[in-house]
Amino acid sequence: MRVTQGTFSFLPDLTDDQIRTQIDYALNRGWAISLEYTDDPHPRNTYWEMWGLPMFEVRDAVGVMYELYACRKTHPNKYIRVNAFDATRGFETVRLSFIVNRPKVEPEFRLVRTEGPGRSIRYSLETVFPDERDRA
Amino acid sequence: MNTAVAAKQAPTRKRYDAGVLKYREMGYWQPDYQPQDTDVIALFRITPQDGVEPEEAAAAVAGESSTATWTVVWTDRLTACDKYRAKAYRVDPVPNTGPGTRTEQQYFAYIAYELDLFEEGSIANLTASIIGNVFGFKPLKALRLEDMRIPVAYVKTFQGPATGIVVERERLDKFGRPLLGATTKPKLGLSGRNYGRVVYEALRGGLDFVKDDENINSQPFMHWRDRFLFCMEAVNKASAATGEVKGHYLNVTAATMEDMYERAEFAKELGSVIIMIDLVIGYTAIQSMAKWARRNDMILHLHRAGHSTYTRQKNHGIAFRVIAKWMRLAGVDHIHAGTVVGKLEGDPNVIAGIYDTLREPYTPANLMHGVFFDQDWAGLRKVMPVASGGIHAGQMHQLLHYLGEDVVLQFGGGTIGHPHGIAQGAQANRVALEAIVQARNEGVDIWHEGPQILEKAARWCSPLRAALDTWRDVTFNYTSTDTVDFVPTPTEAV
Repeated sequence: MRVTQGTFSFLPDLTDDQIRTQIDYALNRGWAISLEYTDDPHPRNTYWEMWGLPMFEVRDAVGVMYELYACRKTHPNKYIRVNAFDATRGFETVRLSFIVNRPKVEPEFRLVRTEGPGRSIRYSLETVFPDERDRA
Repeated sequence: MNTAVAAKQAPTRKRYDAGVLKYREMGYWQPDYQPQDTDVIALFRITPQDGVEPEEAAAAVAGESSTATWTVVWTDRLTACDKYRAKAYRVDPVPNTGPGTRTEQQYFAYIAYELDLFEEGSIANLTASIIGNVFGFKPLKALRLEDMRIPVAYVKTFQGPATGIVVERERLDKFGRPLLGATTKPKLGLSGRNYGRVVYEALRGGLDFVKDDENINSQPFMHWRDRFLFCMEAVNKASAATGEVKGHYLNVTAATMEDMYERAEFAKELGSVIIMIDLVIGYTAIQSMAKWARRNDMILHLHRAGHSTYTRQKNHGIAFRVIAKWMRLAGVDHIHAGTVVGKLEGDPNVIAGIYDTLREPYTPANLMHGVFFDQDWAGLRKVMPVASGGIHAGQMHQLLHYLGEDVVLQFGGGTIGHPHGIAQGAQANRVALEAIVQARNEGVDIWHEGPQILEKAARWCSPLRAALDTWRDVTFNYTSTDTVDFVPTPTEAV
């Protein structure tokens, strides 16, 4: 499956030039870029691992791309996302977040249904990693 | 005009003699009054009856919406009545009305209300004064509440949006683009099982939300529990298929508060992130549900069912920007607020004023957008506007241009009516949206180059190709009824 989190997941994977242009857009608006990576894209897995601190001082997309290349080199088979953080009052939150690296084979999600009283059901999602899938 | 008629309050002895006085002689017209920072200010558009002076009409509105009755009462003298009287302090002729125009003479009347006239945190109390009696008052042919300034001191007594735009996005983990939704169609008649099919297809195809319509409650063809159960199966299955948080606005509108709480609790038990109510349930019920939503981590969607009965005509009723203000105070997270380009009423300037009112931490006065007062929201959370009604993928660049990023774009027919199926309709909308956002961020002039951007994306996305071919020439190009007064020529809807 293709996990469709992030701002541009319905488009073909962005090229590095396209990624740089989006980073330029964010930097021009005064937002700080950070990189995060994970192997578990569960929709409730909010805290992906941080690739260093948010780059508050980096005002040039080249510097961000340098970090992205390094992150990709260390984690070639994980999800990596670019976040742009806006510290303006009234926002103080992420304004743009898109995936820039994916594992070769993406995990899937198993929908677990726990039946309750009446016809009610409690739902939970479990990440199924590719190697577990092979074992099954 | 302000000072043309001086405030001549009658001397005390005469003022309280039994009988009838003009309102302006009872202290309700005070052209020298300087509104205080803590006053609630209302701006009314008044059309006086023939022979009624505008200052008297304004004073009558001030009187009838605060302390006055039709005759003098001595019991006023047991109160600090000068403080409690609302004060009409300014009357301006409305541009392009009166002799030589097609509209009879109208006036903007500014009225200030002392803060102690209102109960804290109560829209019902605020509105019982401001729009309680006065709209049927005989000396006026017509009356419209155009705008209000809510003082910070009063704003702070309201909870405000249960969730707000920022937290909604953080919960949904969706940033940098408008959210996408659709209303299940047909509005009425589907069984719960068939209804859930539409929800599943639309969500797995790429939408973030699907929505009950305003009149889907608990009818013979689909009782509410059935709908909730099948919809939540669809939501969770779509979430598993995409790895995204998905939602369906479960409409909990019902006959009584007890019924609404029961439905909301069931939605929570099933794990829904969002519930929905209709404006017709009333201000108190809306505030109750907003408090429930805050307590239960629920996003609260409001459908503005019924509003056009009083917001659309320019001479009488309430401007929607006022309803938007009240609803931000009352505490909803989503509110339908116009599309500009779709099938329902919406002048671009009026819509811009409403969106600013919902989304900004501070909304400055902007007469070109119909906003008459600076409004400080004092940290109250922001409401996500919802654009719904007759919009399709081919308009994506116009929608982003007019409405910005913090908005839910709802394509009901534009998803479900797709020739290849519902999921393909949803995919077309999502691809169109992401392509336009990407281009905008790259610095492309989307207003002019939008159609080419969409054509380019349609080359690799056949559902978008089909959507563009199906709805290419669909526009709703009618002149708006509710326009702003301070432009040389009314703007046309596109």
